[in-house]
Amino acid sequence: MQTPEQQQQQQQHEPDPPLLRLRGIVKRFGGFTANDHIDLDLRAGEAHGLIGENGAGKSTLVKIIYGLLQPDAGEIFLSAERIRLASPREARARGIGMVFQHFSLFENLTVAENIALALPSAETLHGLRPRILALAERYGLSLDPDRPVWSLSAGERQRIEIARCLLQDPRLVILDEPTSVLTPQEATKLFETLDRLKAEGRALLYISHKLDEVRRLCERATILRLGKKVGDCDPRRESPRSLAALMVGAEVADISPSAPHAQGPDLLVVDDLSLASQDIHGVDLSGISLRLRGGEILGIAGIAGNGQSELFAALSGERLGAGAEKIRIAGAPAGARDITQRRLMGAAFIPEERNGHAAAPAFSLAENVALSRHAAAGFARNGALNFARARQTARDIIGAFDVRASGPDAAARTLSGGNLQKFLVGREILGQPKVLVVDQPTWGVDAAAAGAIRQALVDLAGRGAAVLLISQDLDELFDVCDRVCVMHAGSLSPPRDARETTRAEVGLLMTGSVIEAAHAH
Amino acid sequence: MRIDLEPRTNRSPALEIGAPIAALVAAILLGGLVVALLGKSPTRAFAVYFIEPLLAGWSLQEIAVKACPLVLIAVGLGFCFRANIWNIGAEGQFVVGGLAGGWLAIATHGGAHQTIGGWWIVPAMLLLGAVCGAVYAMIPALLKVWLGVSEILTSLMLVYVAELLLDYLVRGRLRDPKGFNFPQSVTFEDVARLPFLAQGERLHAGVVIAVLAVIAAHFVFARMRFGFAVRLTGEAPRAARFAGFNDRKLTLAVFAISGGLAGLAGICEVAGQIGQLQPVISPGYGFTAIIVAFLGRLSPVGILVAGLVLALTYIGGEAAQVALKLPNDMTRAFQGILLMCVLAADTFTRYKIRVSRTGAT
Repeated sequence: MQTPEQQQQQQQHEPDPPLLRLRGIVKRFGGFTANDHIDLDLRAGEAHGLIGENGAGKSTLVKIIYGLLQPDAGEIFLSAERIRLASPREARARGIGMVFQHFSLFENLTVAENIALALPSAETLHGLRPRILALAERYGLSLDPDRPVWSLSAGERQRIEIARCLLQDPRLVILDEPTSVLTPQEATKLFETLDRLKAEGRALLYISHKLDEVRRLCERATILRLGKKVGDCDPRRESPRSLAALMVGAEVADISPSAPHAQGPDLLVVDDLSLASQDIHGVDLSGISLRLRGGEILGIAGIAGNGQSELFAALSGERLGAGAEKIRIAGAPAGARDITQRRLMGAAFIPEERNGHAAAPAFSLAENVALSRHAAAGFARNGALNFARARQTARDIIGAFDVRASGPDAAARTLSGGNLQKFLVGREILGQPKVLVVDQPTWGVDAAAAGAIRQALVDLAGRGAAVLLISQDLDELFDVCDRVCVMHAGSLSPPRDARETTRAEVGLLMTGSVIEAAHAH
Repeated sequence: MRIDLEPRTNRSPALEIGAPIAALVAAILLGGLVVALLGKSPTRAFAVYFIEPLLAGWSLQEIAVKACPLVLIAVGLGFCFRANIWNIGAEGQFVVGGLAGGWLAIATHGGAHQTIGGWWIVPAMLLLGAVCGAVYAMIPALLKVWLGVSEILTSLMLVYVAELLLDYLVRGRLRDPKGFNFPQSVTFEDVARLPFLAQGERLHAGVVIAVLAVIAAHFVFARMRFGFAVRLTGEAPRAARFAGFNDRKLTLAVFAISGGLAGLAGICEVAGQIGQLQPVISPGYGFTAIIVAFLGRLSPVGILVAGLVLALTYIGGEAAQVALKLPNDMTRAFQGILLMCVLAADTFTRYKIRVSRTGAT
C-alpha cells in the first residue's frame, strides 16, 4: 500500500489515469432501471459530489462501487486496472471505504470495541486504542475509545464510522448523506475532517441533496436524475437554484405564503408535560410546554433522538400517562384520551415512519384511509366499515394531492416514498383537522413532493388550523413556520419568531448549549 | 455460491392460489416416497388415500363429519394467526369444550329435563362448550397480556392439563355407574345429541354450524372493523396502534374467538359423533387444524377447502390401514410433511430465490 504522499507525487507526474473510472454502469431491479449507463471519473485528492433527488440512483451507484451490488453492464477501472468487486471486503482491500448514512453500531459496546469488530480479526483491542487516538488527533475526530456507544450523539457515532473507515487507509472514501443527522456545528467539524482527507490526496465521493454542502466541499459534481447522468459541473460556479433545477429537471417553485389571516384561539396546549421513557435507550420528556393557536405553524427543530418521537407519541395518544390536563385539544382536556378519541376531538397525526406506522404497506390505499379515519363519521356503522366510502376518499386524496397511483386498490407499498407521503398527508388534511401534528413530513421525499407537502401545511394553517411541525430540516422549518422552538434531551426551548431568529442560533440550541445554560441558573 | 431470499415486489394472484396446490402435490410425492420405502406401492396407496374415499357416498359423508371439527377450530385459529398471536392449544380448548358440554348431558341424564322438556339441552351444551373453551383460552391470553408470557408455551402445555383432566373425570366422577368399570360416561340420550341432517345418515348438525362459522368469519374479515383490526395488527402492529386498536384487548378477543370455536368443535364432536365422554375424544384435531389454517391461507373459505383435504387424509389413512396394512402413524407423518410443504410454499410466495455466484477476481 502506498502512502498518500507517494500517491500525490505519482499523481503530479502523471495526471491520467483517474483513480476511479466508471463506464456505462447499468443496474436493473426487475423492470426498474436504477442506473442507466452512468459514467464517472474521480481523481485522487478530488472531492466529487454526487447529487440528485431521492430515487435518482445515487445509493445504487455507490453500492456498486463499494461491492455491495454487481452491475448488470459497464466497467469499473481503479487506477486504470479493470476490476470486478464481488463484496465490500474486496472493495476495502483495494482501498475503497464507505461511511453509511445509517450507522451499524452496537449500542452496548464501547467505541473501541465497535471499531475492532469491523477490522480484520488479527487486530487486538489493546493495540487498537493508541491507533484510534492517533487517528483522532490527526483528523480532528474527537473520540473517547472507552465510551459506550449508547451515550454518544449522532455526530460522535458518525465519527466512529469514519474512524473505522480511515483505519483501513482508503484511497477513496464514499460518504452517503453524512450530514443528515448532524447539527450545523457538527457538520462544520465534519467538513474540517474531510478537508484534511482531501489534502492528503484521498478522493472523496460525497452524496448529498444538500446543495450548499456540495458547493462548500466539492470541485466537481455529477448530477443524476431518474437513474441517468444528466450532467456534471463545477458546483462552486453554480447557484443552489441552478443545481436544484438540474436535479429536479424543472424550476423549483417557492412556497407561497397563505393570505394574511387572523390568529385564532388556542387549539393545542401542552402544559408542563413530563413523561419517563419506556425504552432504555429512549428519551424522557421533561417539562414540555407549548401553546399553538389556530392559523399558526409552530416548528420543533432538533437532532433526531432528542425526544421528538416520544413527544409525538404523547401528543397522539399512542403513549398515555401524561395526565388529563397536561394536553388540551381545542380547549378540552385530552391527556387521558386515546388516539381515536383525540381524532374525534379534531386532531390529526402524521408520524415520521410511513411504512408500518402511518400506513400498512400490504394494504390498499382505501384500507389505509380506514386506518386513521375508521372512527370518523360515515366510515363505520355498527362495527361494519364502509369500504365504499374509504375508496371514494382515497380517490379524492389521489386527485387533490396529485398522487401517482393506479387507484384506491393499489397496495401502499407500490407507491414511491414521495407519493405515499403525499397520500398520507392528504388523508389527514382532507379530514379537516383543527390540529395537525406532523413528524418529518418530507423525510426521504423528492423535492417536488416535499414542496407540495409544505404548501399543503401552509394552506391548512391558512384555513385556521393549528399545525405542529417536527422536523430536522432547518430549511423546511424556516420556509413554513411562524415560530420555531428546539428540542434537546427531552426539553423544549421557548419558541422564537421565525423571522427574528437565524439558523445559527437554532443550530446552537440544537446542541443543547443554551438550554443547559438556562437550566443551570 | 450464495443463496439469497429476496422479497417479491409484486405477488401475482396465480401464485397465491397455486402455492398451496403445489405444496399439496409436493407432499403427496414425498408421502409416496415414504410409502415406497415401507415397501408398498405408492400408486396403490395414492388410490386408497385420495381417490377411493371420494367415490362412495358414505365416505364422502364421513369426510364432511371429520372436516367439521377441523374447520371450526381452524377458522378460530385464523383469527389468532392473522393477528400474529400463536394459539397452539386449540386441542386443549377442544377437550375442555367437549368435557363441559358433555357434563351437562350427563347431569341431565335420566329425567332431569322431563319437567320442562328437553329442547334446551343441546343449545345449552353448545353454549357451555363454547364458553368453557373460550374461558380456558383466557389463561394463556391473560398471562400474555399481564405478564408477557409466551402464549405458544402456555397454550401448548395447557393441552396436556385438559387431556389429563378429561381422563381423570371419565375414570372417576363422570364414569357410567352401570358401565362395568369401563372408563367412559353414560351414552347420551337423544335429547342431548346433535340431530342428524337426514334419517339414517352420518351428517349431523355440527356440519351446518361449521359452514355458518366460515360464512360469519368471512364477513367479519371482509366488512367489519374488528376483522380489519385483526388483519392490521398482524400486518403492521405499530400502524394498528396508530389506528387506535388496542393490542391487549385484541389479544383477548382473538383468543376468546378461537377458544370458543375450538370448544364448540369439541362439544359438536362429543354430542354429534361420539355420543358419550371417553378418555380420549380427539385424534389430534386441534393440532391438525393448524395445518388446515395455513393450507387455507388463513382465509375462512380457504380453510373450508383445506379442512376437507385434511379430513380426506384421516379417512384415507384408516382405509390404508385396512387395505395396505400401513401404520396409522403414516397419516400423522403425512400431515407433518404437508405442513412443512405449505410453510415452504408460503415462503416462496413472499420471497424468490436468488443464487449468486461469488466470482473470483
